[in-house]
Amino acid sequence: MSKLLLLGDEAIAQGAIDAGLSGVFAYPGTPSTEITEYIQASKEAQSLGVKSEWSTNEKTAMETGIGMSYAGKKAMVCMKHVGLNVAADAFMNSAITGTNGGLVVVSADDPSMHSSQNEQDSRYYGKFALIPILEPSNQQEAYDMAYYGLQLSEGFGTPVMIRITTRLAHSRSGVERKKQLPQNKLHLPNDSKQFILLPVIARKRYSGLLGKQSAFETDGETSGFNQYIDGEDKSIGVIACGLTYNYLMENYADGKMPFPVLKIGQYPVPSKLVNKLYEAVDEILVLEEGAPIVEELLRGLLNNGKKIRGRMDGSLPRAGELNPNHVAKALGLELEKGFEIPSVIKGRPPVLCDGCPHIDSFEALNEAMLPYGKGHVFSDIGCYTLSALKPLESIDSCVDMGASITMAVGAAESGLSPSVAVIGDSTFTHSGMTGLLDAVIKKVSITVIILDNSTVGMTGGQPSAALGRIEQICKGLGVEENHIRVVKPLRRRHEENLKVYKEEIGYNGVSVIIPRRECVQTLAKRMKLKHAEKRQQKALETK
Amino acid sequence: MKKDIVLGGVGGQGILTIAAIIGTAALLEGHYLKQSEVHGMSQRGGDVQSHLRISSKPIASDLIAEGKADMVISVEPMESLRYVNMLSKSDGWLITSMNPFTNIPDYPDLEDILHEIWKLPRYITINAEKTAKEAGSIKAANIVVLGASAPFIGLKYESLEQAIRNIFSKKGEDIINLNLKALKLGFDYAKTQR
Repeated sequence: MSKLLLLGDEAIAQGAIDAGLSGVFAYPGTPSTEITEYIQASKEAQSLGVKSEWSTNEKTAMETGIGMSYAGKKAMVCMKHVGLNVAADAFMNSAITGTNGGLVVVSADDPSMHSSQNEQDSRYYGKFALIPILEPSNQQEAYDMAYYGLQLSEGFGTPVMIRITTRLAHSRSGVERKKQLPQNKLHLPNDSKQFILLPVIARKRYSGLLGKQSAFETDGETSGFNQYIDGEDKSIGVIACGLTYNYLMENYADGKMPFPVLKIGQYPVPSKLVNKLYEAVDEILVLEEGAPIVEELLRGLLNNGKKIRGRMDGSLPRAGELNPNHVAKALGLELEKGFEIPSVIKGRPPVLCDGCPHIDSFEALNEAMLPYGKGHVFSDIGCYTLSALKPLESIDSCVDMGASITMAVGAAESGLSPSVAVIGDSTFTHSGMTGLLDAVIKKVSITVIILDNSTVGMTGGQPSAALGRIEQICKGLGVEENHIRVVKPLRRRHEENLKVYKEEIGYNGVSVIIPRRECVQTLAKRMKLKHAEKRQQKALETK
Repeated sequence: MKKDIVLGGVGGQGILTIAAIIGTAALLEGHYLKQSEVHGMSQRGGDVQSHLRISSKPIASDLIAEGKADMVISVEPMESLRYVNMLSKSDGWLITSMNPFTNIPDYPDLEDILHEIWKLPRYITINAEKTAKEAGSIKAANIVVLGASAPFIGLKYESLEQAIRNIFSKKGEDIINLNLKALKLGFDYAKTQR
């Protein structure tokens, strides 16, 4: 078969399709978004009937995946690392229920926080849930692991995690495909009680999961994803997890690695191979993207064995993503230097697009908030978080999906008045609705501004679950109808919008303002498409 | 054959199109390829970079090591300087558009920027927007910069042309020809400068 040129994310998607996937469930989040988008755009997946609509949030995605597994079909659930926090309840318990059809959970980590609030390492979650983790080092492995992972999960009756990081998720290379496997037929679990986690059943399931641990480890010795590669110079041994293996090999251009290397791509950590390396060498250097999980495991609290080097002893930076230079330095190799970056350069942080509706919304809000001073505006995750920066400087918080509303509730309960929440349309349906219900029940005085640009903007314009539903949702949750106000954020409407902001921020109770205007990016895309269709039509007519 | 290229610019300026064209041309010649992209928040008018690696042998890292890039190709002059630490001191080329993208309040004097670029041993600076206009549209400025880089990439000029045909095939013959012209004008300019 010919090679496909795929992003790491796309390779996972293709691998899953080829392994007989029946559905992918996800909420967009950088750097995981392209997995689901690839499946949505794949003609092959469409013809196979693979389900791929976006879910409202990561928890609903995870639970839908468990449901598909229950029904005997192969499912994949994708999210960014912080999305796994949202899905954690379902995720942890899926390890206890186990699977019927294969279930792969992809968590895409973002070390260096290119587009995230933290750089948590999803391998902790995999270890926490006691399930196998696969961590690819390149695009081909990303494909192979999705393909293998679904089968591994089905074989063990346990969910399997794939952990990928930004660099591989968004890097393209050639990938060779395997033979297409058929989808499973609908079939219920053999044990009808498997998915009922009553304590009496859960205890049994949990002990079953514990019993599988050594088999998980043994599988990692034969799958080919963990490799011991011997080297002549035993002064040091290197453990390279996931894509750090590439950063290591980059420093040996001829491919001749002098030291023994343990390449880890499957967890639980292969203890036999670690032991073999430990016995053979004087000291160990651990390379891993994210947290020093393997390094800490090897060191132990007492740290009284051979020297273990890595992120914890300063051989490598404790935070942020690694690169070939970090590894060269840790190995004492000579570093090449480029030219010095001249001081004339200025930073260029991301900004809201020209014509973005959020700009008009925040200008109105800023003016409405003038009499109250700073510190009253809680916000959320999305493009609009950029309003924290100059020139707008409108918001005072951004913590996690939905936290704007609930933090505003907490602050109002402390006596902060006014207390304002600013949240995007898709973030609102993701995790804001329950917080608004809290506000109504607690009868606090807050104003919630739901910026409705009718898309998931930050991740590239995916359809928003909130589209056409926001007023009804707010009303249904108990917000008074005359305090649900829709405005159109345009500069020329500034004065009339400002009046609405002032009235609702001054209102003693729960009020909602919905500034509604489509994202300029999706609008431009739509217009372009329309234009192209028209052109095509014209061309056909003239023919 | 091995070329490590850092592409720089501002979100929306079309550096991923440059990467796609070089990548496609490399594949046409049967080379290995790794190309990392930037997605997410930084796409919103912030600085963006892409690492593009092509080689006749398998490639290890998705990221280029500091001081080892053969080329920095940028569609914005200040952004080109942001990556000079990546550039090989012994033989690295910097190719950039001279047209500033000023979406920040403290954008430095263009003269100061060009002064720094012109201190480098190997560079091409091109008025890409003016050249693109000559080709037919200012939108092809990124392709002009690609053209100006073409003599140093180590791929056949015809492969780059074919890649442009492949990538813009859906957009019609006019757009293909516009981009081929932009490529040629950039290429011709670079040949007079090297």
